[in-house]
Amino acid sequence: MSWQGWAAIGFWIAAMALNVQVANRHGAARWARVFVPTLFGITLLVLWQGLVRGLAVSPVILPAPTDIAARLAGSLPLLWGDFSQTILKGALSGYVIGCGAAVLTAIAVDRFPFLQRGLLPVGNFVAALPIVGIAPILVMWFGFDWQSKAAVVVVMVFFPVLVNMVAGLAATDPLQRDLMRTYSASYRDTLLKLRLPAAMPFLFNGLKIATTLALIGAIVAEFFGSPTRGMGFRIATAVGQLDLPLVWAEIAVAALAGSGFFGLMTLAEKAVTFWHPSQRGR
Amino acid sequence: MSRVLPVLTVLLAILVIWYAAAVMLNRAWVLDQAARAGSEVGFSQMLRETMAQDRPVLPAPHQVAKGLWDGVAGQKITSKRSLVWHAGVTLSATLAGFALGTAAGLLLAIGIVHSRAMDMSVMPWAIASQTIPILAIAPMVIVVLASLGIKGLLPKALIAAYLSFFPVLVGMVKGLRAPDGMQLDLLRTYNASQGQSLRMLRLPSSVPYLFASLKVGIAAALVGTIVAELPAGATAGLGARLLSGSYYGQTVQIWAALFAAAILAAVLVMLIGAVERVTLSRMGFSR
Repeated sequence: MSWQGWAAIGFWIAAMALNVQVANRHGAARWARVFVPTLFGITLLVLWQGLVRGLAVSPVILPAPTDIAARLAGSLPLLWGDFSQTILKGALSGYVIGCGAAVLTAIAVDRFPFLQRGLLPVGNFVAALPIVGIAPILVMWFGFDWQSKAAVVVVMVFFPVLVNMVAGLAATDPLQRDLMRTYSASYRDTLLKLRLPAAMPFLFNGLKIATTLALIGAIVAEFFGSPTRGMGFRIATAVGQLDLPLVWAEIAVAALAGSGFFGLMTLAEKAVTFWHPSQRGR
Repeated sequence: MSRVLPVLTVLLAILVIWYAAAVMLNRAWVLDQAARAGSEVGFSQMLRETMAQDRPVLPAPHQVAKGLWDGVAGQKITSKRSLVWHAGVTLSATLAGFALGTAAGLLLAIGIVHSRAMDMSVMPWAIASQTIPILAIAPMVIVVLASLGIKGLLPKALIAAYLSFFPVLVGMVKGLRAPDGMQLDLLRTYNASQGQSLRMLRLPSSVPYLFASLKVGIAAALVGTIVAELPAGATAGLGARLLSGSYYGQTVQIWAALFAAAILAAVLVMLIGAVERVTLSRMGFSR
């Protein structure tokens, strides 16, 4: 192993020692909560870089982070094209349709307690199944372009959101419903002013789970056929050409998109359910 | 038991919708054939023909059931056409990965609970990694490991392990922290070491959390294995069955493989649920 490897290991030991110090002495401070994980992340990158360079690992097996960053910066137009094909067209449209359909179905189901008792176990069961497997069928039905990816995403996000929304609509307590009845509120008023707001924390729980599922669905569906762009397509073909820096660049984009999407939903949750105990006092 | 009737109703409704959809989607092909032959098709004949195509757009439920039955009972178990054999390949990789992922998640959770530095450094990343579409790296892992000469079960198991790792980690960190301060204080007054309090208090009280995460983890491990079987080259396993079905337009084969995967997932989750019930009642957790 050359000096880069040893330098990286040295950096790792020093950084970990610093982290232990900071965590034990200032663990409660706000800056430490940001500092410690950030340093840990940086250390992992440095260790990765140093070991790949130091052990002279072939780039076909594991490229160094700097190679990946260079590839990322060098092929931005390509990555943007894939991003808009897979995330903006496939995942987002499917996400909106699937979640919208799930919410409307939940409201419809909620009027009939019989259906609700039947649908919840079935929905819970389906939510645990390997639904990605439906991708080849939907690709056959809707063609290779983004519509089939959106369809896969619709099916994948539907059940988690449905189950959460149905649970959310049942989350008001009898006292609150009785109060609405003493006001002689109609079904509509009760729904709009009491039950939908009360269901929001549950709904957002489902929506947040669905963000990751949407990306997975859109990317995996592309393995079954896609036009010559898209993140799943690019990953599959770049792996075939052993162009691993490009694969890692796509993965970095996917990771950024995933955390960004999740972060957006968290922000929306904060804005909508500001009254909920889990959001107060932060 | 008040749930049986509603659930059956919902299932029946799904079946009816499925048949209706099969007629709708397969109608075009029947009409097309009839137009080419220059003949008319009546409604009842069309109904029959939409149910019995070789490569329907949407196979009717009984066709899928027949495909599933042929795959399970109609072949020798060692045959490459047998769904049992394919499911076995997938199952072995799933279980291996699940065991690896659970062990890693448990160990890391114990580390995190005992070291504040590890907690602060690793947990934010563990949670952030949940938002990343990890499955996207499956094909890369398979190809890279194959170029290193590692083939067969292990690469698939690694992906399954990676997917089942996070639910177990997050659940166990919660579970190991479940005992309240009074109980921990009591053990301290007994002068119990960290290892003893882990063995006698933290681990037992984390068992309900463990089972909850195991159920999520095994479902995730199965999905991971199936997706790991997709990249070209895999010839065995339910994922490969899905892929070859989609290449050759064998819709019945795809649906049969899909249902085999669903049944496998359901059985695995139910098995863990059964173990959970027995263990928890033996341990005296009132449910």
